[in-house]
Amino acid sequence: MGEVLLEDLTKDFGEVIAVKEVNLTIHDGEFVVLLGPSGCGKTTTLRMIAGLEEITSGRILLDERVLNDVHPRDRDIAMVFQNYALYPHMSVYKNMAFGLKMRKVAKDEIDRKVKSAAGILGIETLLGRYPGKLSGGQRQRVTLGRAIVRDPRVFLFDEPLSNLDAKLRVQTRVELLKLHQHLAATSIYVTHDQVEAMTMGDRIVVMHEGVIQQVGPPMEVYQNPANQFVAGFIGSPAMNFLSATVRFEAGRTFLEGAGFRIPLPTERAGGLAGREGDEIVFGIRPEDMRLGAEGEIEGAVEIIEPVGSDIFLDLSVGGASLTARVESSVRMSQGERVRLHADPARVHAFDPETGVTLV
Amino acid sequence: MSRKTMLRLGGALISVLTVGGVVVMLLPYFWMVSSSIKTGIEVFDLPIKWIPDEIQWVNYPNALTKGAFGVYFFNSFVVAFAVMAGNLVFCTLAGYGLAKFRFPHRELCFRLILSTLMLPLEIVLVPTFLVVRELGLVNTYGGLIAPLAVDAFGVFLMRQSIRDIPDSLIEAARMDGCSEFGIFWRIILPNCKPALGALALLAFRDNWDQFLWPFIVATTDDLKTFPLGLAQMEGIDSAAYHEIMALAVLGMIPAAFIFLFFQRAFVRGITLTGLKE
Repeated sequence: MGEVLLEDLTKDFGEVIAVKEVNLTIHDGEFVVLLGPSGCGKTTTLRMIAGLEEITSGRILLDERVLNDVHPRDRDIAMVFQNYALYPHMSVYKNMAFGLKMRKVAKDEIDRKVKSAAGILGIETLLGRYPGKLSGGQRQRVTLGRAIVRDPRVFLFDEPLSNLDAKLRVQTRVELLKLHQHLAATSIYVTHDQVEAMTMGDRIVVMHEGVIQQVGPPMEVYQNPANQFVAGFIGSPAMNFLSATVRFEAGRTFLEGAGFRIPLPTERAGGLAGREGDEIVFGIRPEDMRLGAEGEIEGAVEIIEPVGSDIFLDLSVGGASLTARVESSVRMSQGERVRLHADPARVHAFDPETGVTLV
Repeated sequence: MSRKTMLRLGGALISVLTVGGVVVMLLPYFWMVSSSIKTGIEVFDLPIKWIPDEIQWVNYPNALTKGAFGVYFFNSFVVAFAVMAGNLVFCTLAGYGLAKFRFPHRELCFRLILSTLMLPLEIVLVPTFLVVRELGLVNTYGGLIAPLAVDAFGVFLMRQSIRDIPDSLIEAARMDGCSEFGIFWRIILPNCKPALGALALLAFRDNWDQFLWPFIVATTDDLKTFPLGLAQMEGIDSAAYHEIMALAVLGMIPAAFIFLFFQRAFVRGITLTGLKE
């Protein structure tokens, strides 16, 4: 078992509130990703779960046992650190065995566990080496091995891939997922990389300024962001935001602004009821637009960015900037005026004051 | 002039300056060794005769009979080793606390400790003596050792070194089930070996030839350290500089030997702090 419950979890460092009243249930065997920009409180939350940071108020429970005053060593939780935190003066074998040795596990049992973990991770040949002699990827595996041998109820990952180069990061990401499927242990993973979060998490927890913004499966968070922050944080290139005014005409709802006028399907316009003439923020993802002579958005091409599979067009729409993804076969020239059609099912609108999603 | 020639000339100039520096530094030592194998009169000969006509090895055994130098050597060893051990233990513990534990006024504590570096021994001599006397430690090994057993520079050295050890190592060890003392013993100490080496060397060297404090606190012959023995030679026979030099040569041997032995650790340890003493 390994169900983690966070109840009104709060942490302040004097004046600064790092984590504010976080409530979250992480189910046994689930892979949950805490996602957010630097300083959003995700690492502090993780460190509180690990027991490395004192809790200001609230509770942390693991399988119904309150962990608040339990020493880190007694929590049955293992952590993979961002900078690996391998003991430089110990061989790989000793690094992996250290936690078991401290728990007074019998020598042959330690040996069996270390070798088994090394087998899973493919690092049997490295056991005699020292961390200083290992590559980044190898160190990463040893760190994982050190966590695995303890057979903990919960694994914590603090941005474990951030020190790897791009290629190795993708590869290790896949291996981590396979490992998670193999071990089926509860995992809490902190990252600021939304691609990691999208590809790895059973659920994503988006945090901002110490507060949870949204919790949900990756695609749901992507498609139905709870607010403008989540909408802007998830997705690359980011969602476009343009100022718009709500218009009702002949029973239909339009989002109108400089260079665009977007009709909304009736079933999606409910959130705008009674907001005639109000300023709102219109949001659309780059991939939710396509070129078309009848398009509702008009703009001039400023920058053309071919990325191979697609082309990203940076347009000037009524003086504001907008990015659109188009097929790689499209031929464009700078300064050309184009029209784009927005997918009405994918149009978003946010309250400019609170950022809350209206559509 | 080409760049290569300039570089070569620069290199040659540095070599000449370095060799010059070495000669200046070594000359007094050479003079000491040379004087130790001369007769008492030859010592004052001008111009200086660097290598005497007849080498007076006999100065060495003769000098050793002029006092209880066996006892003095032993005392110096005991004091230097004990002070070294004290520094290794206390400076490392203090350095660990100041580097890795969050507590109120930590920086102030550190600065207060550092500020004592600005006080020369002469200033604290009297108050220290009064404390040692109150504790009944005058004319004991304890009195010779205790006031020197922890040193602000050592605390500084160890704090800098321990500060460079990532916090995550300590946290990983804590999660691995290591006790707080276990973290110090198994994680911190092995990872600051160069600094420990440097500290050991500095503490030994400084205290092997420590003069002023033993001079104040040890008045009986059986507690005198080597430098005190050497100093009293002047009083016994003011002309015996050849023998004093012979003793000085003998006194230099342990420090030189330890320096050669720990040289690498010493240099690494000092560069760790980014400062020289």
